[in-house]
Amino acid sequence: MAGLSSEDLEAFGLTLRLAATVTLLLILIGAPLAWWLARTNSGFQRLVAAVVALPLVLPPTVLGFYLLLLLGPQGAVGQLMSRLGLSLLPFTFGGLVVGSMLYSLPFVVQPLQNAFEAIGEERLEAAACLRAGPIDRFWSIAMPVAVPGIVTAAVLGFAHTVGEFGVVLMIGGNIPGQTRVLSMRIYDHVEAGDYAQAHTLSICLLAFSFAALLAMTLLRPRLRAHV
Amino acid sequence: MSESPDTSPRGLAAALTRKHAALSIAFDAELPARGVTALFGPSGAGKTSCLRMIAGLDRNASGTLSLGDETWQDSRRGLFTPPHRRRVGYVAQAPGLFDHLDVAGNLDFGWRRAGRPTHLNREALIDQFGLRALLVRRVGALSGGERQRVAIVRALLSDPTLLLLDEPLSALDGAAREDLLGRLEGLHARLAIPMIYVSHAIDEVARLADHIVLLDAGRVVAQGPLNATITRLDLPPALIEAAGAILEGVVTAHDPTDHLTELTFDGGVLLLPEARANVGDRLRCRIAARDVVLAAERQIGSSALNQLACRVIAVGDADHPSQCLVQLDAGGTVLLARITRRSSRTLELRRGGSVWAQVKAVALGA
Repeated sequence: MAGLSSEDLEAFGLTLRLAATVTLLLILIGAPLAWWLARTNSGFQRLVAAVVALPLVLPPTVLGFYLLLLLGPQGAVGQLMSRLGLSLLPFTFGGLVVGSMLYSLPFVVQPLQNAFEAIGEERLEAAACLRAGPIDRFWSIAMPVAVPGIVTAAVLGFAHTVGEFGVVLMIGGNIPGQTRVLSMRIYDHVEAGDYAQAHTLSICLLAFSFAALLAMTLLRPRLRAHV
Repeated sequence: MSESPDTSPRGLAAALTRKHAALSIAFDAELPARGVTALFGPSGAGKTSCLRMIAGLDRNASGTLSLGDETWQDSRRGLFTPPHRRRVGYVAQAPGLFDHLDVAGNLDFGWRRAGRPTHLNREALIDQFGLRALLVRRVGALSGGERQRVAIVRALLSDPTLLLLDEPLSALDGAAREDLLGRLEGLHARLAIPMIYVSHAIDEVARLADHIVLLDAGRVVAQGPLNATITRLDLPPALIEAAGAILEGVVTAHDPTDHLTELTFDGGVLLLPEARANVGDRLRCRIAARDVVLAAERQIGSSALNQLACRVIAVGDADHPSQCLVQLDAGGTVLLARITRRSSRTLELRRGGSVWAQVKAVALGA
């Protein structure tokens, strides 16, 4: 094992920034989406659920590859963005965020959906009869009751984003300070034969992943007892 | 009911239907603007489904529904007011307490959303339902009776224009049941809004209701003022077990030696086992049809303490071929007696004929 270089630390910071951004955005977008998935009778429900779950089975390189095509200068989204005067997303931090969000989406949405489904009708109907409208019910009943599910979703989304590689490789590249995250850095070290450095970073990630899971299992029963 | 329908405020008017694989519901009812209406029927008659349609929790219900001048639903005009705009206080059988809040948080949920209405005395309601000591408790630690009380006060504090209670006593045991029933009687005396009380226990209905809607197999089979409806001769077999008179009188005396209470009503005086009521209080009493013995003459040397002079109004079929139901007029109060056809023949019961109704005081125990 060896100490961390400044480049390693930079990768560390970037990874944390990426994971935090992605987790926050995913909770914000995932909560209404999971709420809809949990409560709708729409025929599109299964279709949307399948699309959300797709990253679970899709090789990340495939996801990254299609994102690269779509967001690139020849892609539909890329062309739209250049027409709007926006810079292209591939090989930027923004591109990493978009790719990571797609890749981690099911890890956030599914725990949220389970939590919302477990709330049951009684409390929501009681709230409706106590003058709470649909949006009011979401904030005053669904979100507080689903706190354990939200914690699980955040931990899973964060940890999954920290550990990803394939999507980053495709859409992020390996630009120091921009898209060179920890997993890329480990790969670089191994490529260069610098096993000691790779070891240090890997141990850090291993410890982090374990700590995240441990925190989740420790937090859950306590939260449930409260709720 | 009211003699002048033009001046009395209109209550709930419902003509709702719901198609369902298991049970189709047709709920046609006109309820008074005040007092307690019992929605009574056997299990599976569709009582809860009716309450849910009234509360607006069933989007598949179609038809019309209005309370007073306010229309909540009119399917032909595509009108459907969602539950949060109906101002209905609905206490479901599983009361759906918010377990992420304490008792006070539950009580204030609707109260805050109603704008903390000043005409509702929050503190008095908390005391009337014995919740003062529970305010900071989490709802997970409450007993069944406490949960129901919290749910009822929570609904009342949301300033409803109609209160719906779905079998609030069904999950409670003896003491808790009696306690809540007593509090509901107190609420009945003070409540300014109409209440619909779902039950399949006739003793609850006897103590709380002014008006009754009888439900069987998803449809309304009879409705009207309590005693006039429950003493009808044309009730379906599923409801005939509930048939009997429910009369209200004034406590005129207690006999401490024999532990009896004297209740004076329009048709005479009844003796019943000592009741927890003061002289001058109004008290209700149910006389089940099967507890009434008929005799041609006033009996001397009978153990039945109560003998009421009656006139026969009509004789109808009971649910067993050996029996019949006799509708009686006891000084303006309608009573019902279930007797055998053989007795009816022996007594030569005729419409307008006079007869004595004997009721054991023991049968009138609470």
